[in-house]
Amino acid sequence: MSIEVKNLNKTFNGFKAVQNISLKLESGSLVALLGPSGSGKSTLLRMIAGLEIPDTGEILLTGREATHVSAKERNVGFVFQHYALFKHMTVFENIAFGLRVRKQSEKQIRDRVHELLSLIQLSGLDKRYPSQLSGGQRQRVAVARALAPRPGVLLLDEPFGALDAKVREELREWILRLHEESHVTTLFVTHDQNEALEVASRILIMNNGKIEQDGTPIEIFDHPATHFIAQFVGETNYIDTEVTEKGLAVWGPFRFSIDPKFAPHQKIRIYFRPHDVYVTESFETLQVKARIKKTRFKGTVIEYLLDIGEDKSIFAQVPKGVALASGFKENQDVYAAITAYHVFPL
Amino acid sequence: MNFQKSRVLPGFGLAMGLTLTYLCLIVLFPLAALVLKTSALSWGQFVQEVASPRVMASYRLTFGASFVAALCNSVFGAVLAWVLVRYDFPGRQVVDALIDLPFALPTAVAGITLTAIYAPNGVIGKLFAPLGISIAYTPLGITLALIFIGLPFVVRTLQPVLESLDPEMEKAAVSLGATRWYTVTRVVLPSLLPAWITGFSLAFARAVGEYGSVVFISGNMPMKTEITPLIIITKLEQYDYAGATAVGLVMLVISFCLLLTINWVQEHMGRYRAH
Amino acid sequence: MPETLKMTFKDKPNDPTKTLTEPRWVRWALVSLALLFVGLFLVLPLVEVFSAAFDKGFTYYLSVVRDPVALSAIQLTLISALFSVVLNTIFGLASAWAITKFQFPGKNLLITLIDIPFSVSPVVAGLIYVLLFGLQGIWGPWLAAHNIHVIFAVPGIILATIFVTFPFVSRELIPLMQEQGSDEEEAALVLGAGGWQIFWKVTLPNIQWGLLYGVILCNARAMGEFGAVSVVSGHIRGLTDTLPLHVEILYNEYNFTAAFAVASLLTFLAIVTLVAKSLVGAKYEQEKQVLPTSLESERTV
Repeated sequence: MSIEVKNLNKTFNGFKAVQNISLKLESGSLVALLGPSGSGKSTLLRMIAGLEIPDTGEILLTGREATHVSAKERNVGFVFQHYALFKHMTVFENIAFGLRVRKQSEKQIRDRVHELLSLIQLSGLDKRYPSQLSGGQRQRVAVARALAPRPGVLLLDEPFGALDAKVREELREWILRLHEESHVTTLFVTHDQNEALEVASRILIMNNGKIEQDGTPIEIFDHPATHFIAQFVGETNYIDTEVTEKGLAVWGPFRFSIDPKFAPHQKIRIYFRPHDVYVTESFETLQVKARIKKTRFKGTVIEYLLDIGEDKSIFAQVPKGVALASGFKENQDVYAAITAYHVFPL
Repeated sequence: MNFQKSRVLPGFGLAMGLTLTYLCLIVLFPLAALVLKTSALSWGQFVQEVASPRVMASYRLTFGASFVAALCNSVFGAVLAWVLVRYDFPGRQVVDALIDLPFALPTAVAGITLTAIYAPNGVIGKLFAPLGISIAYTPLGITLALIFIGLPFVVRTLQPVLESLDPEMEKAAVSLGATRWYTVTRVVLPSLLPAWITGFSLAFARAVGEYGSVVFISGNMPMKTEITPLIIITKLEQYDYAGATAVGLVMLVISFCLLLTINWVQEHMGRYRAH
Repeated sequence: MPETLKMTFKDKPNDPTKTLTEPRWVRWALVSLALLFVGLFLVLPLVEVFSAAFDKGFTYYLSVVRDPVALSAIQLTLISALFSVVLNTIFGLASAWAITKFQFPGKNLLITLIDIPFSVSPVVAGLIYVLLFGLQGIWGPWLAAHNIHVIFAVPGIILATIFVTFPFVSRELIPLMQEQGSDEEEAALVLGAGGWQIFWKVTLPNIQWGLLYGVILCNARAMGEFGAVSVVSGHIRGLTDTLPLHVEILYNEYNFTAAFAVASLLTFLAIVTLVAKSLVGAKYEQEKQVLPTSLESERTV
């Protein structure tokens, strides 16, 4: 089932939660809706499910107008942030619910529930109640319950939000595999960029009720479309300066070649990621002198605060292996170059 | 209207329609009848009815006794709530369940029972009779009956608040060097205040309107032990509908004011309780 | 420097728990005071009712309770309680559904209006029905012309009872359903369930104990109501007498033992109510607890 949204708007008590959003998801895709809290991503998801009614705009499911179709008739699967499992029903009855309201035969129900139980690797727990399950297990039951009536679309609202780091990791893998097997069009909301980058094949980034960028994880990461995305996705340095002459900006010892569309003396902000700062012990071409002021251990990388003179400093990240081999330490003189950066007008 | 469109769950029309219809039929229309009937009186007549010496005496008695009873309940209710939440003693659960007895016991039963106990020949009345103190058929007896029916309000509003108080708060006070007395009076009791006021107002409001438990023990002497609800009944029995209606409206307005006060207290003073 | 450090440690109490509770004598005094108060105000009346009821022996007790007038009072009490429990339960469910599942202007006003019968004196509650349906009332002449009796008849008693017990069920359900939220209902809707299916299969099982709790309170008040019913009843023996009114009549006839015998039936009902309330109350407390979704749950399982 494909999803299409045209010019969607939703206002709550004067707060514009969703502003004029249009998008199209192909059947079978796995897409993440990424954004900070309050960006309107959950509202958009709930409107697609029919749990909120848009003020204006259209929603089409498989090309068919669905804006005013009840949530009951839309045939979408929805996984709630806090699972919303029926607490007084067993795991079996939770998963069977969507089949029972469709008046399927007892045998059909039993077969489908057991098929899903093995898919979510919880066979044998069918008689448990939600309160007897762990958070990760509850989440999987919620997914199975949503999938049971074979929905055309699976919508997940912060599916891993309430779980601890290790369980999140496992469930990410599991969702990927589930999608490969079922090929159901999947849209999930998250505020965790790693989750979006790792799981989705396409990411929509929302901010203030609008979609700021729509692209593959690599596009988003390497070619942020706006200031917001450059700051929101991944760690970044930014510097404010102005265009020195056509095609060139200078900041401290660094020289950046920039798009000739920027006029001389225009104010600009340049973003570059700490891991795009190339640090060596001995000079290589285009590098500038720097001094390590502070080091911070960050697991797989080591982060340095580099003093580059003129009262200016930047962060650089070096893979741990490289850093240890080079033996960088505080107050050591090194050389640095910025290998990738993005320029936005201020 | 716009909000009509945004209903996602079904059943709003049915549920709202039922609610409003039933509310109007049972509560609002009959109450409107009281206002309507009173408006048939002239202002002079109305004042004459609601401010006659006998009625004024009944207000003094009703509000005075209710106030004293609510005050007693605030003290003993707080002790009971404290003891039930903080201490463990044999029979605690039975006592806890018994607190609701005045809710569950029909007021007429409470009335005749309290009268029997406090009458000059009753279990307790007997002890006071030789001292020349009579309890039943005096304002004292009325107050005792009102203490009985108002007791659960204070206990039941204080109990949950006391239970939800963060014990860390008291530990923090102690770690800062506070004595127990200081901790209780300066840390614990102030945070109970909104609930305390609510409990007091609820007990007071209930007492003002109370009839069944009071009418037997009061003796019903005009000007002396006649409560306002009884005045309404007496006037009705004498087919003095105008008088009953006017006094009834005064009672109604007073209970509205009390209801609004209670809501206001809960909304504005309970704010810091939510944390 | 070390000197002063030592000093501050010495200043601290040896037993930190000592300052977290009261001295033993205070605790002892407070518990005694509480028990004395409960004994005097709650236990003594209970004892008094039963001892007075059996004052003239068990045979006399049975004859009072089996008296046809008493039996008809029991019947009327049951009928009016049945009406108010059923109608107020339906109302409670409908109002709680409308108030907790939807947003609409005037919601707080509606909640306040529902609470009105709690704050109105029972005597005023009776009075308003007399003013509406009595002979001097607004609809009185019309009703009399059509030979319909409301006041001094069974319908008036039922109406007055419904009024005083009006908010009992909705008062329990509104906060409970607000606490539980609408997530489960929304989940059922997306799964294709209709309105009644959602109500019967999802909502009702989640609120069953709260509902029962409200019904118990509603029933106890309905069976015991005195003031409101007294105004509209007319005290016609065997016809418009509920149990509490029957107690009054016997008492006013100085037939104290009989009055207490009937009162003991109502007291027994009150005790049953208290027991049922404690039993259901425990389940109700569990129902109020929302399923934890925090990291905590990951570790406890």
